[in-house]
Amino acid sequence: MQEAPKVVYELEHFGMPFDRNADGTIYQRPFGGHTANFGEKPVQRACAAADRTGHALLHTLYQRNVRARTQFFVEWMALDLVRDAAGDVLGVVALEMETGEVMILQAKATLFATGGAGRIFAASTNAFINTGDGLGMAARAGIPLQDMEFWQFHPTGVAGAGVLITEGVRGEGGILLNCNGERFMERYAPNAKDLASRDVVSRSMDQEIKEGRGCGPEKDHVLLKLDHLGPDVILKRLPSIREIALKFANVDCIKEPIPVVPTIHYQMGGIPTNVHGQVVAPKGDDWKAVVEGLYAVGECACVSVHGANRLGTNSLLDIVVFGRAAGDFIVAQGLKGRAHKPLPADAGDVARARLARLDGATTGESVPDVGNALRKTMQAHCGVFRNQELLSSGVARVMEIEERVRRTAIKDKSRTFNTARVEALELDNLIETAKATVVSAEARRESRGAQARSDYPDRDDPNFMKHTLWYREGNRLTYKPVNMKPLSVDAFPPKARTY
Amino acid sequence: MDATQLNRLRWRCRRGMLENDLILARYLEAKGTQMSETDVAALDRLLDLADNDLWDLLSGRTEAADAGLQPLLQSLRRA
Repeated sequence: MQEAPKVVYELEHFGMPFDRNADGTIYQRPFGGHTANFGEKPVQRACAAADRTGHALLHTLYQRNVRARTQFFVEWMALDLVRDAAGDVLGVVALEMETGEVMILQAKATLFATGGAGRIFAASTNAFINTGDGLGMAARAGIPLQDMEFWQFHPTGVAGAGVLITEGVRGEGGILLNCNGERFMERYAPNAKDLASRDVVSRSMDQEIKEGRGCGPEKDHVLLKLDHLGPDVILKRLPSIREIALKFANVDCIKEPIPVVPTIHYQMGGIPTNVHGQVVAPKGDDWKAVVEGLYAVGECACVSVHGANRLGTNSLLDIVVFGRAAGDFIVAQGLKGRAHKPLPADAGDVARARLARLDGATTGESVPDVGNALRKTMQAHCGVFRNQELLSSGVARVMEIEERVRRTAIKDKSRTFNTARVEALELDNLIETAKATVVSAEARRESRGAQARSDYPDRDDPNFMKHTLWYREGNRLTYKPVNMKPLSVDAFPPKARTY
Repeated sequence: MDATQLNRLRWRCRRGMLENDLILARYLEAKGTQMSETDVAALDRLLDLADNDLWDLLSGRTEAADAGLQPLLQSLRRA
């Protein structure tokens, strides 16, 4: 919070093209949930570069890297961490795509900015590469994953494709309809209606579908109607939405409604870290013990600034604030004067064993088939609304799928740019993230933030105001306390959200 | 185009944006090794673009300054 304005000014000085007010200051726009005094009134807090803030940010920071002569290993894939007997991280094992060679990249500091694992769900707004590679590597190295039950859904993804339809469509007057042509949000949120917050709209859509009022032959989606806005408004204010509907739903939204479903958008949990980006894991009584040499920032990390649900714009703020903090912290370590620790004798064994299995397997299930089974199971058992029956059977099914993951085979054994091999290796990461998610969700018998349980609809602070930690070894959970002493403000207890 | 070349393109078509992933995957699925040398060269040039710029072209929000990209863009937009 203290660092955010500084980082925005720093980015501006780097040349990031923020939108401006007439007097030249940085323009700030209102955004869902951005309020003063805990919901008292909306405030304009969001800095933006048109509708492409993330893109502008990436471009600005890339230019800084060019200036700093950063060496990028673009055509490489990291496979596993190297950890010694003391638990220190000494680098990663990585695969070079062009040659198929496996090497150890020895490092005094290893920082993951590997993104989330949105591809564990069938309906996802995430790109194909968001397979939780950092999470899988951490889990296999014995590091726990934190708060993995908390996943944010976006209400309007194109059914079947996942592509995001922005809230702006409903802002312009688009409405959601069930199979009876009813504008059902009037029932769930009489005031905010279709513009209620993301989780409320997602849950309402899910309930309509579950109660048999979904649309289409499978009754598995609802409709987003905007043709009443007229071609002028659609073409002028929502041109990219028309393209998305045409390309991914095969409908012209000037004439027909768009089929939509609640779609996974963001992972609140991840690799536990402190405010310096250092990865932390319990050691004896110390639940904040640092894993020396390993850092994580962004969606793959859980420094827990988002709690159990994230506000819009905070994903970018998270990565710039904590990415910077981790960088500053690493630089201050004076690593140049320090020698590398010797590599352990078993360095790289885990990764080599994974590759050897794939090279040796002549028969087995296809990787896309097992991946699709996993995504379908997660969507059905760990989706918008959860309950004990769905989650218990979900845990059992995901564990069965894990057995299938171990028995996949790829036909293409070539060494150069073998994407079949890459997808098999990614499946190893998807399954770890999926297990962490469903096991953590099953054990949290309450509703909090993004976790909505129909059997436990209320928040249960006496029993569950704690962070979940999932360990791959033994597929077990432990918990750690929530930090109730913020650095710069008074602590405030959680309370129910009202509209 | 041989299998190794197709694998290299498949790797390059793994992007950071779902919209591009879906269109590029459909295109590669349909065309596969039947792509011409010209198509491969044009696709390589398109893949040098940042995700948002590529999506602007694929969705028809912008047109390519380079006329040589037009035939490939037309087939990608139909994919």
